[in-house]
This record gives sequence, structure tokens and C-alpha cells, in this order.
Amino acid sequence: MDFSLSKKHLLMQELFRRFAEKEVKPLAAEVDEKEIFPYGTVDLLGKYGMLGIPWSADNLSYTLCVEEMSKHCATTGVIVSAHTSLCAAPISDWGTAEQKGKYLSKLASGEWLGAFGLTEAGAGTDAAGQQTKAVLDGDNYILNGTKIFITNADAAHVYIIIAMTDKSQGTRGLSAFIVEKDMPGFSIGKKEDKMGIRGSLTCELIMENCIIPKGNLLGKEGEGFKVAMKTLDGGRIGIAAQALGIAQGAIDTTVAYVRERKQFGKRISQFQNTQFELADMQTKVDAARLLTYRAANLKDAGKKYTSEAAMAKLFASEVASDVTRRCLQLHGGYGYIREYPIERMMRDAKITELYEGTSEVQKMVIAAGMKVN
Amino acid sequence: MKIIVCVKQVPDTNEVRLDPKTGTLIREGVPSIINPDDLCGIEAALRLKDEYGCHVTAVSMGPPQTDVALREALAMGCDEAYLVSDRAFGGADTWATSSTLAGAIKKLGYDLIITGRQAIDGDTAQVGPQIAEHLGIPQVTYAQDIEKTEGNALIVQRQYEDRYQKIKIKCPALVTALSSLNKPRYMSVAGVVSAYDTKEVKTLTFEDLKEFVKEENIGLKGSPTKVKKSFPKQVKAQGVKHEVDEDDAVEIIVKKLKEHFVI
Repeated sequence: MDFSLSKKHLLMQELFRRFAEKEVKPLAAEVDEKEIFPYGTVDLLGKYGMLGIPWSADNLSYTLCVEEMSKHCATTGVIVSAHTSLCAAPISDWGTAEQKGKYLSKLASGEWLGAFGLTEAGAGTDAAGQQTKAVLDGDNYILNGTKIFITNADAAHVYIIIAMTDKSQGTRGLSAFIVEKDMPGFSIGKKEDKMGIRGSLTCELIMENCIIPKGNLLGKEGEGFKVAMKTLDGGRIGIAAQALGIAQGAIDTTVAYVRERKQFGKRISQFQNTQFELADMQTKVDAARLLTYRAANLKDAGKKYTSEAAMAKLFASEVASDVTRRCLQLHGGYGYIREYPIERMMRDAKITELYEGTSEVQKMVIAAGMKVN
Repeated sequence: MKIIVCVKQVPDTNEVRLDPKTGTLIREGVPSIINPDDLCGIEAALRLKDEYGCHVTAVSMGPPQTDVALREALAMGCDEAYLVSDRAFGGADTWATSSTLAGAIKKLGYDLIITGRQAIDGDTAQVGPQIAEHLGIPQVTYAQDIEKTEGNALIVQRQYEDRYQKIKIKCPALVTALSSLNKPRYMSVAGVVSAYDTKEVKTLTFEDLKEFVKEENIGLKGSPTKVKKSFPKQVKAQGVKHEVDEDDAVEIIVKKLKEHFVI
């Protein structure tokens, strides 16, 4: 059993670290404050091959990438994660040769950004309650319905959309489709004003008699629920990595702060409370890291990882929320003002407990894996 | 065109701290990096490769752990990498280093050699020019721009403090790169994969270079430089910091210079 990264993965980590430090960190505060989607960064990510990492390298490298980006900017982390895990991955897993040929290389190069549409106003955790319908009409499917809370919406060109093709079949009546932004009847609705990851785009997708070619059915009719669930399994590794990055980034910036800040004639790093708090937090973050890397490793080995991905996401996201809150506390009043990145990190951390399955959903998945049902 | 880029692995001096008691460098735990000027040398070579399809080989002399610097060069896009490494090469000064590297480069073959101007650890700026001398080829140092032109020739801008020269040079030649030459690219994901999975760092030992470098010119024994004494530089006086706008700053500076009879 080897818990250390290989030389190749260490160099990969070094690449992501330098890129994040020089290209992502300087923009993070403004991206948050002005809700700027970092298009320039996305171009660079594509240029250096960071938008298709599982296919050019492996899932562990992809995990390292999301972690390093999220240390400085959780918005950038989720852009990579949603694009890779929720759009490129299902096309890679379920797509025909033709679909892969058409979409994968453009997604991997960053020419096209990707997104995923499952959630609806009445179908969140209860994903089976889908109202979006797809009806076959000659050589096309006609889609009608509205998706909400879609990460990367508007910036993305390619959307994986889950819709009902046969309501009588329940979840077995769901199907997955590849929809392009410029297909007739597809439009972007309201953009959400969020607490955190404010630079990332979160919008409604509106499909009004949206016409897509029959060949854009992903998998078979009726496999939509399976596509969605398997996609979310992979996505959870990405979100665990994002949470892990946020938490480690918070510790790193706090360590620097407590070494500088003086109170009662001492650096606050010299107080035992500071030391114990940070020691406790780093231990939790390392545990989250091991869970996350384990899930990525299992996926790379082609083994089952559903429960392990859910555990990684459950634990890492709760650690991220806990650690950012405690790190802010160590900053005292300065932690509450925007001059320091810690308040942003605390706001960003919360989303990791909510999207791609809330913490409660992760527990349902883990319990099911334990046959406790 | 075959380009050789010389790369040195150095301690990251941004991370080096001084032991407050002894005044010596704390080298423990300091990460190793590719010398910054050398990164610009790699970038210059890769730009020539992108434009003209040159073949780029990275060469470094050092202990086995230098491998990672060469993997980085491969991950940036170099085609091949050679590590010149042997116990016999240890303890080399700039003369022995340049003799050894010149031997390796001769063995590998070249049209153009690019080195960094100088390394951030030794700061000598000697190895590049010495390699050119050993090989008997022309050199342009302090390059801030390199352009390829007809007939296997280059036009190099050589930087001075207040001006630059445009020098046309015929290959084979050596150029030393300044950090202002370019902004080095990052490694790429596919590059890191190929650096470990499909490419290799080949090692050249003294045995491999015997025909190309004399034994009396390598390692500690081949190094004419003798270090008499090393000591940390003493800080003469604490500086004074003034937080003022430009106009007041000028006044303060002029006053100080007058006080010290500089003007």
C-alpha cells in the first residue's frame, strides 16, 4: 500500500500549482467580487490540456488539478470539474464513436465548454421527478422543459440534458441527450445571484420545442437515469477535490497570517490555541485528501467507486465548511473583511455540501452500499 | 536544425532562508527548480521548434536527482533529454563543467546551443561562453531576442544596459538567454505524461564521453578554481523606509546624496 504520489503525479501537481499560483490566484478576489466568469483562464486551461485530463492522463491527475485551482479560486475549480466530470465524462462513457469524435476533442481542448442539466425546480434530490420531456419526431427529438442551477450555463456550448421519454416507466423512462447551445429552441434563462463561487455561471436552461437530431441521444432511450447517476459518481470526486482545495487553501493563508499577526507581544502562531486549531484542521484535511485520492485511484483502476466517491465528497465538503469557519475565527475581525480571502473561502465552501448531491444524499448512497436499507 | 538547451537545476533562492545565528544558507527543505534564465532558453528553443520544426535536446550535468529538471524540460516540449552524470564529474568548477558539457554536446551533435545567461546559485555567467570556446564556435551572450533567418543563420539582439545590438550569426553557434527573452510556457498535461511514460532521460557517464573530453578537464581534479574562504556578506546598515509620494521622494534622495557628498 503506497500513500505517496508517483514522480509523474508530483510533476503534474507542480504544473497545476504553478499555473494556479500565477494565473488563478491573482484574479480570484475580482472574479468573486464582480462575478466575472474567467474566460481567459478557461482558454489557458484548455491550451495546457487541463480540460480533458482523465483522457490524456488519469483521474488522479484531474483530482490534483481541481484541488490546486480551488486552493486559490473555487470558481475555477468548479468550472473544470463540471466541464470534465459532468459533460465530457458521460460522452466518453456512453457516447457512440461518432459522438465522441464530434465532441470529445473539442471539449478536451477547451474550444467548447461543457455543462450538465438534471436539476429542475421540482426535481432536485428527487431526480426522478423530471418534468422535461423529449418526444421523437422523425429524425429529431423535441425537448420541452426548464432546468435550474446549471453550472457553466451560458459559457458552455455542450449540455448533457436528462429528459423523460416515457413517463410510464418512471426513472427507466428517462433518457440523456447532447444539446448544443445554438440548437433551435434552446435558451439560457435567469442567472442566479449566489453566496459563493460567484464567478461561476449558474443559470436556468429553457427548452421550448427544442429540436435536436436523433443522433444526439446519449446511450439508449431509458438509460438516462443510469447515465445521470454514474455521471454524478464521477462528479463527486471532482467536488471532493474542490472542497479539499478550498480547505487546504484556507489553512495555507491562515498559517501565513498567524505567523505575521501579533497580539499581546507575540505572534499569534505562538499561542497554543492557534497551534491546536491548525493541527486539528490539517489532520482532517489530510484525511479528506486520502479519501479523495482513494476514490480517484479506484476509478483509474476500473473498480467500483460509488460509495468511496460519496464518502470523499461527504467528508471533504464538511471539512471545508468547518475549516474555513475556524480559519476565519483565527483571523479575528480581519477575517470578516474582504481584504483577506478567508471570508470568500468560507462562502465558497458551503456549496460543496449542496451540489452534486447534498451531504444527506451522500449518506443515502453510502448506506445503500452498506446494504442498510 | 538541431538545438541543444543547457539546463541547470538550482535551489529556489526565493525559498532559501538565512540561519539568523550563523548567517549561512539553510538549504534543507529548499525546493529545486530549473534555473530561471535556462527556462527562457528552453522557451526560445521551443519557439524555434514550433515555427521551424527544430529538434530540441535538453542537457544537464548534475547528480541523479537532476532527472526531475530534465523531465520538466521534456514536459514543456523538448524532444530528448540527457543527464550528464558520473561521480567522476563531481566537484566541478565552471571550467570542468563547461569542458564536460562541451564533450557531451559534441557527441550529441548540434546546430545551435542555447544556455541561460547565468545561474541564480553560482552567478558566474561563465559556463555558456566557455562551452562555445571549447567547441570553437561563435557566441552571442545576453540575448533578448532570437530570430531565425536564411542560410542556417540567426539574428540575435544582444542587450546592453542602455542599448542593444542586432547581430547576425551563422550556425553552429551558441547563444546565452536573458530572462527578458520571453515568458516560458508551462508544462502541459500531455507533456508530463509523455515525460514519464514515453520519453526517457538518458544518462551520459564519463565512459560515454571519453572520446570527447579529457580526464584532466573533469571533476574536482580538473577544476582550477580553489575556494579560499566562504562567508556571509555583512549588512552594513539598516535601511530607512519612507512612505511618501514621488515628489517628496526625490527631495529626500537628493538631500541624502548631498549629505553623503555624492552630489
